[in-house]
Order: sequence, then C-alpha cells, then structure tokens
Amino acid sequence: MILTLLMVTPLVGALVLGVVPRANERLAKIVAASFSLATLAGSLALLARYDISEGGYQLVEKHLWVKSFGVYYALGVDGIGLTLILLTTVLTPIVLLAAWDDRLPEGQKFHGYLAWMLGLEGLAIGVFSAMDAALFYALFEATLIPIFFLIGAYGTGPRTYAAVKFLIYNLVGGLLMLASIIGLYFLSSRDGSASFLISDLVGLEIGAGAEKLLFLGFMAAFAIKAPLFPFHTWLPDAAASATPSTAVLMVSVIDKIGTFGMLRWGLGLFPGAAEWATPVVITLAVISVVYGALLAIGQDDLRRLIAFTSVSHFGFIILGLFAMTSTSTAGATFYMFNHGLSTAALFLIAGILIARRGSASIGDFSGVQKVAPVLTGLFLIAGLSSLSLPGLAPFVSEFMVMAGTYTRYPAAAIVSVSAIVLAALYILVMFQRTMTGPLREDNAGIRDLNPLEMASLAPAIVLMVGLGFFPQPLLNVINPAVDATLTRIGVGDPPPETPHFPAPQAEEGHG
Amino acid sequence: MTPIQAPVVEYALIAPLLIVSAGAVIGTLVEAFVSRQRRFGVQAVVAFVTVLATLADSVYVYVHLDRLPGGRGQISTEGALAVDGPGVLTWAMLSVFALLSFALFAERRLEGGLSAFTGRAADAPGSPGEAEARTAGLEHAEIFPLAMFALLGMMVFATANDLLTLFVALEVLSLPLYVICGLARRRRLLSQEAALKYFLLGAFSSAFFAYGIALAYGYAGGVLLADIDRAVAANAEGRPLLLAAVGLMSVGLLFKIGAVPFHAWTPDVYQGAPTPVTAFMAAGTKAAAVVALMRVLFVAFGGASLDWRPLILAVSVVTMLLGSLVAIAQTDVKRMLGYSSVAHAGFLLVGIAGAFAAAGRISSVSAVLFYLAVYGVASIGAFAVVTLVRDSSGQGGGEANYLARWAGLGQKAPILAGAFALFLLSFAGIPLTSGFIGKMAVFSTALSGGFWPLVVVAVLASAVAAYFYARVIVLMFFTEPVGEGPDIAVPSLLTTVVIGAAAIVTLGLGLVPGPALEFAQHAGLFVR
Repeated sequence: MILTLLMVTPLVGALVLGVVPRANERLAKIVAASFSLATLAGSLALLARYDISEGGYQLVEKHLWVKSFGVYYALGVDGIGLTLILLTTVLTPIVLLAAWDDRLPEGQKFHGYLAWMLGLEGLAIGVFSAMDAALFYALFEATLIPIFFLIGAYGTGPRTYAAVKFLIYNLVGGLLMLASIIGLYFLSSRDGSASFLISDLVGLEIGAGAEKLLFLGFMAAFAIKAPLFPFHTWLPDAAASATPSTAVLMVSVIDKIGTFGMLRWGLGLFPGAAEWATPVVITLAVISVVYGALLAIGQDDLRRLIAFTSVSHFGFIILGLFAMTSTSTAGATFYMFNHGLSTAALFLIAGILIARRGSASIGDFSGVQKVAPVLTGLFLIAGLSSLSLPGLAPFVSEFMVMAGTYTRYPAAAIVSVSAIVLAALYILVMFQRTMTGPLREDNAGIRDLNPLEMASLAPAIVLMVGLGFFPQPLLNVINPAVDATLTRIGVGDPPPETPHFPAPQAEEGHG
Repeated sequence: MTPIQAPVVEYALIAPLLIVSAGAVIGTLVEAFVSRQRRFGVQAVVAFVTVLATLADSVYVYVHLDRLPGGRGQISTEGALAVDGPGVLTWAMLSVFALLSFALFAERRLEGGLSAFTGRAADAPGSPGEAEARTAGLEHAEIFPLAMFALLGMMVFATANDLLTLFVALEVLSLPLYVICGLARRRRLLSQEAALKYFLLGAFSSAFFAYGIALAYGYAGGVLLADIDRAVAANAEGRPLLLAAVGLMSVGLLFKIGAVPFHAWTPDVYQGAPTPVTAFMAAGTKAAAVVALMRVLFVAFGGASLDWRPLILAVSVVTMLLGSLVAIAQTDVKRMLGYSSVAHAGFLLVGIAGAFAAAGRISSVSAVLFYLAVYGVASIGAFAVVTLVRDSSGQGGGEANYLARWAGLGQKAPILAGAFALFLLSFAGIPLTSGFIGKMAVFSTALSGGFWPLVVVAVLASAVAAYFYARVIVLMFFTEPVGEGPDIAVPSLLTTVVIGAAAIVTLGLGLVPGPALEFAQHAGLFVR
C-alpha cells in the first residue's frame, strides 16, 4: 500500500489545489509544499521499510487492472527504483520552494502551476515503481501532459513552440514504444494468458528478429526521453522556455525515466537485442558526451548551456548502462541520482540569476560575486559538481562509469574522458564570465540569496557533498539491484587483466 | 393452391427496432395533431422515452442472448436480421449516442429559447420570411422523428443479414440525415450546401453499393450473407464477379464511414450541419456503418479475406495519414473534427484489416466496438462543447467555429476548455483516457492478424494526429484571448449533463477500462 499511497499523495495534492480559492495564491503554495513534504516523509518511510540486505523487488502490490489485456496494477521497488523515487521526492519540495516567487505569464495562477508539478511527481513515482510494462507505459506517456502544460502555459520566451516540440518528439518515441507493447501483448497472449508483468515477460520466448524490433520500439522512446544524440534537440528548447523549477523536474527527474527505462525494460527484457545494439548505442553515447560538451561551451544562454551539459551527462549514464559491467552500471545508476542533484542546483541558481537580471545571456553578466557572494559560492559548488570535482558526488559516479566502461570498451572510455576537460571549460568559463571581473553597472542590483532560496538549495548541496565523501550508503542500495539485473541479462564482467611486464632478466655479459 | 405461409418473426428479439419505429411514427403523428406551441416539448419527450425504452430493451435482449437455442445469436425474421452479440451491443451503443445527441437537439437556451434548427426551412436564407419565423418563434420539431428514423436505419444497418435489408437500412438511415443536415438556424447556406453535397455523394455511393449487391447476387445466387459465404467457400465460378462485388459494396460502406478516398463529404457536412446533428452523425453513422462493414466482410466474404484485406489495409493507411495531415491545416473547429473523424475511420479500419478472432484474446470485432463506443461518446462531448463557444451577442451570437477565436478559452472557462482538452487527448490516444485503450485494442488486433508494419504506420499517424489536437490545446490554454475572446453561452441542464457524462465516460474508461472491454469481448462474434 505504501507505494500507492506515495504515488497518490501528490496527485491528491494537485486535486486539492483545484478547490483552493483562486485569489489566495499563498495558500496554494503552502498546500502544495505540505503535500510534497508529506510525500518526502512517505518516501523516507519507504526507505526505512525497504530491506537493503535482502535486495530485489519489495513492497509489491499486485491487482489485475485490465483483464482482457492482462495488465496488472503492479507496483514494487528495487534499489534502482528506490533511488530514483528518493530523487523525485527530494527534488519536488526543493523546486516548489524555488518556485515561490516565480513570475507567471499574465492570467496564469499558481494553483495550476503547482498542481501540474505535484501531478508530475505522482506520475513519476508511479513510473519508477511500475512492475508491469503496460502500466509503466501508461504512466510514462501520461507524464507528457503535465510538462506540456508547465512549459506551454507557465514558461517564458517561445514557450508554445518549445512545448509542442517537446510533446511531439516524446510522443513519437512513446508511440513507437506502444507498438512494442502491443507486440509484447501479442507474444504473451499466444497461449491465451496475456500478462505484462515483468516477471512473466522476462521468461517470454521471443524470436531473435522480433526481439530486435521490440527493443527498438522501447529504445526509441527512451533515447528521445533521455535524450541521446541525435534525438536531443528538443531538450535545449524546452529547458530554455521552462521556468527553472519545471526545467529541474523535466531534466533531473523525468528524463531519468529514459535511462531508468533502458536499464529495467530495455536491457532487462531484451538482453539479446541489447547486446546486438550495443555498438551503435555506445557510439551514440560517446558522441552525446563529447558533442553535448562542445555545444555547451558555445552557448550564450545559461539555460541552454545547462541543458547541453545534461546531454553530455546523459551520454555518460547511457555509456555506463550499455557497457554492462557491474561497476559501470552501478555508477550510471548512481549518476542518475547525482546528475539530478547537481543539475537541479545549477538550474535553480541560474534561474535566480536570470530572474534578478532580467536576461539569460551570459554576456549580460559580469562581476556578480561582488554583490552576491553567497549566490556565487553556491553556483561554484553546483558548477564544480557538474564537472565532477573529486569530493562531490558526481565524481564518484563518473569515475565508476569510466572505470567500468574501460574494462570492456577502452576506446569509448578514452574518448569520453575528453569531456571531463571540456566540462571544466564550459563550467569555469561560464563562471568566470558571469561572476568574476569588473561589476557591470546593470548587475549592481542583483541581490544575494534570501533565506528561503538558501533553504531550498541547501538540501541539494548537502547531499552532493555528503555523497561525495560517503557514497557507500546509496551504493549499497543500488548495487544488489544492478547485479540482479546484470545476472538476468547474463553478461558478466570481463576478467581483470593484469598487465604482463617481461620479467627482468639477469644481466649478463659484463665480465 | 398452397396457403401462403406467414413469415416467422421473433418479435421479442427485434423489439428494440420495433420500439424505435413506433416512436418515430408517434412522433410523426404528434407533428400532425399537437398544437404548435407544445409540439417541440412533446416531441422531445416522445424521443427521450423512445430512446430510453430502446436502450433498456436492447440491454434486456443482450442479457438474454445466452438463452437462445443456437448459442449467442440467432438469424431472425426469415434471414433478414442477425440478432447477435455485436449487433445488439451496437443497438445499445447507438441508443446511448442518440440519447446524448437528442439532449443537444432539445437544448433551447443557447438561441434565446429556440432550438439550433431553422424556424421555417422553406424560407430562403436572409429573406423576410426567415426573420418573421424567428420573431414568431417557429421551430421544426420534426427533427426528432426524423432522427429516430435515422436511428432505426442505423440499428437495422448494424444487424442486417441480407444485402437487400442492408440497402434499405442504408437508405432509411441516410435520407432523414440528408434533411436534418440542412436545417441549421445559422449559416443556412453552408448548411444547405452541406445537405445537398451529402445527398448527391450519398446517392452516388448508394448506386455503387446497389451495383455491388447485384453482382454479389449474380455470383452467389442469393442475397443472404450466408448464401454468399457458402458460394465463396465452394469457390464458385466467376471470381471477377466476386472481386467486383466486394469492391463496389466496400465503396458504399467506406463512404458512410468517411474513409479516404470517399471522405470528401465529411468536413463539409460536419461543418455545415447543425452541431447537434454533426454529433449524432459522427458517433452514430460511423458506428452503424463500421459494424455493417465488418459484418459484410467477415460473414459474407470471410472466406475471401485474402482478397479484401489488402484493400482495407491500403485504405486504412491512406485514411489515417491523409485525415491526420489535412486536419493540421484546418482553421474551423468543426472541419478539424471532421478530418479527425476521417483519421479515426482509418484507425478503425486498422482493426478491421486485422480480421482477428481467437479465444481468450481480443478480437477485431470487440476491439472495434470498444473503439466506436469511446470515440462516439468523446465526439458527442466535443461537439457539445462546440455549441457553447459563441461569438458575443454584438457579433451575432452564433457559434464561434473559427479556431483562432478559441484562443484563451482556458482562462475564460477553465472547466469547459478542460473538458474539451480531455476529449482531444482521448482522440489523440494519450494514456489514462479511454481513447488510449481503444487504440491499443484495435492496434493489437492488427498485430495479431499479422500486420505489424501497419501498426507502426498507425502509431506514427497517431503522432501526426496528436499534433493537431495539441495545437488546439495550445490555442485554448497557452494563448492570450483575442480582444474579448469568445462568449461562453450558459447552457441548460441538458448540454451540461451531456458534456459531464461524456467527460466521465472518457476518463472513467481510461482509468478502469476492464469491465467495458470484457463486456465488448463478451459480445463474441457475428452469427452466421
């Protein structure tokens, strides 16, 4: 029941916002924040009830939902799902607090804005805990609608264009996945007992050709969602037109469904096809890593820059997943969590900067550190975590991805390492141009962070530093689930290679 | 001299048809004998009572189908009608559509106490007579009996078991519709043009259909669907005759469904007809014609499915793509919904092309029935919303069908716009709405029938369709109103209930589709 409760709490919050008087925006914000905090508390209870030493799917609920299709309302979490649920429930209160002073387009109210965010949180929790492919699909597609409205109705700039582009890109991917879902129904219904439960699908006999087609359908949805080069072009537009809070929810939480889906559904259900596709996916992931970083360097819009850094980071995550070693896959899963935190911090601080300055262009900033030292400091920490500085959480995960990938695909790992240098470049150059240097006159009015903003950012910063030094607690949750997935896929780690040096020979001849 | 044998008529089985015809006849008499002031109200009551009784009796017959000696379904009235699970379920579905649409017919608050139909159809548009009829408060109450005759035609169409009954039903359903399409109170020229266009093209397609019947008779030597099935199974002489018969009959049926290339009437008629009539046609005609098409193809020509399945497949691909693509360019909300209806005809044909039936799995018939039900209800709901979005009284107060006028509706009337958005999302097949389950069901039968590339084309066409639905949502919610924006008419309880019920069904069948889907599956197959 706890998972259903966790999923329903924010959804109920969204409905409650509908009856809050339209004039009272403050009450709406308080209601939304309370529901998100209640969800956070619920997720901590979930963590407490999850038996880490036992691993596997736990707290399972299963009810027949659509009998004709064999669709179950089946929820359950393993370590991977749990990690991402925690990411969702931690980030949602943060973004709700960060949205407190957002300026909405004329005619729009906070009620709807916050309700869509809460709705998105509820759907995301459902997606991360669905154990039935059709249920997963339904919730996965349903998340499009809240984001569509969040960008289109409450965003800035060319928001309509960005919202429609987001919707169509993701819908095309999702519909191709629907074709695969229907394919699964066809295969599992042949003997008269259709089922979409992951436990039944794993044992399904699929011909090699069909497996590839089905895998491609799933991957289309996930590669667009994640986003993987060359399907990433919707992300910068969407991120630049969204409010900071929306951008965080979209990039940090919802895009994770793509990588999460690759691991649980793509690799989990179609291991043969996944191996078949690995060369292509690894190549695209490496391109994403490098190309995303290169494009980030060239951006002038803060939000687009952060969006492109995410393209690069998602490349790392996908690289780690498809290298299919226990280290790289665990690292990729950990990376999903860390990227969520660091990107959230970056987007939110950038959002504050943009709101205060009235421009998102890097060229319009200079010397902000003189007037807003706290903001500058936190921006630096968030930036450094994005470039994976040792001591901050993303470093651990990026290192695990690289180390794990190297054992199987050394070339891919070597090329990707270049992105670490590029990351230093895009983060530090951005920092230098905006924060250091002489204070521009029109920047003098930028106020430093107020207590509310600090409070909303603090949890993310604390977690990044904390997990940077003590990653083990979270890795203990992740590792068993990753190992279980890899065992099911049947790919072991390559045997360790120790370099052979020629044994030193006794010198002779010197008489 | 041998005595003439009285035909055997299973009155209990076909009672729903008898009730509708009785209601229609009573309506005609009401027209003659009730005073003008009270006529509209009396007609509405007669129509509601009739439709409710039909619905109740259809359900009764459906529930008792199991008790029939020959299993679920029976050929009745000397072979003219096939009373079986899918047929009776269609009767019930059509009654529900009629109930909802008649509520829109009876709505009189939107036009200041008058219905959406012209006061005196004989007056030329813009003539002094028209103004006179308006001041006198004249109304055409015949729309109710006419619509009931159309309903009768639809119900017979869905259960006709021989080609002649099929043809008669086609005409009974079409002729009243031709008339009521031309009765709009506003934009009468457009309405009359629509009626004429519908009539001419409809007559043309009926001719094709009749020619197809003649050829089928020539091939099989009988008009019963079972006769044709036997001839096909026996591989009788004259294959070209068979192919021509299938082709020509399909033309007639595909015309009624609005499939490309026989769709040209759809946008014009949807736009010109009075909106309540459009709602009735969009839901009812499509449902009846699709079921009739399935019955003809599956029962009569089931043995020749290798011949017609490629045809249906090709038509479905063209229909989906053309309907979705052309809808993007529409600027009138009713035309947009018209092309959307064309696209949905394509999605329905995907399920028919699958022609799949197996125990324990979703069959084409039940998938298509489910799709028809959810599409019909959402359509009626959408057109009901269209009747409420109007120009301000200074601009005449008619329906604001021009899409650009819908800008900012979400801010002005969030609930109404929300309901419309829900219907559009259901059309687009977004999960957690009923349209998604419908799409999944029909696509799954196409795949089970062995056409996986068709499923891929269908999902891509769905993406295109989603684009133009999304555009309307963008317009309603993300765009500032132009000037004052449209007026939102305050409807009476009738329209409110229709929109509310349609929204509840659309969301409800999306969240809890299980029982309805099982119900559709329980309908089983056509009786032969």
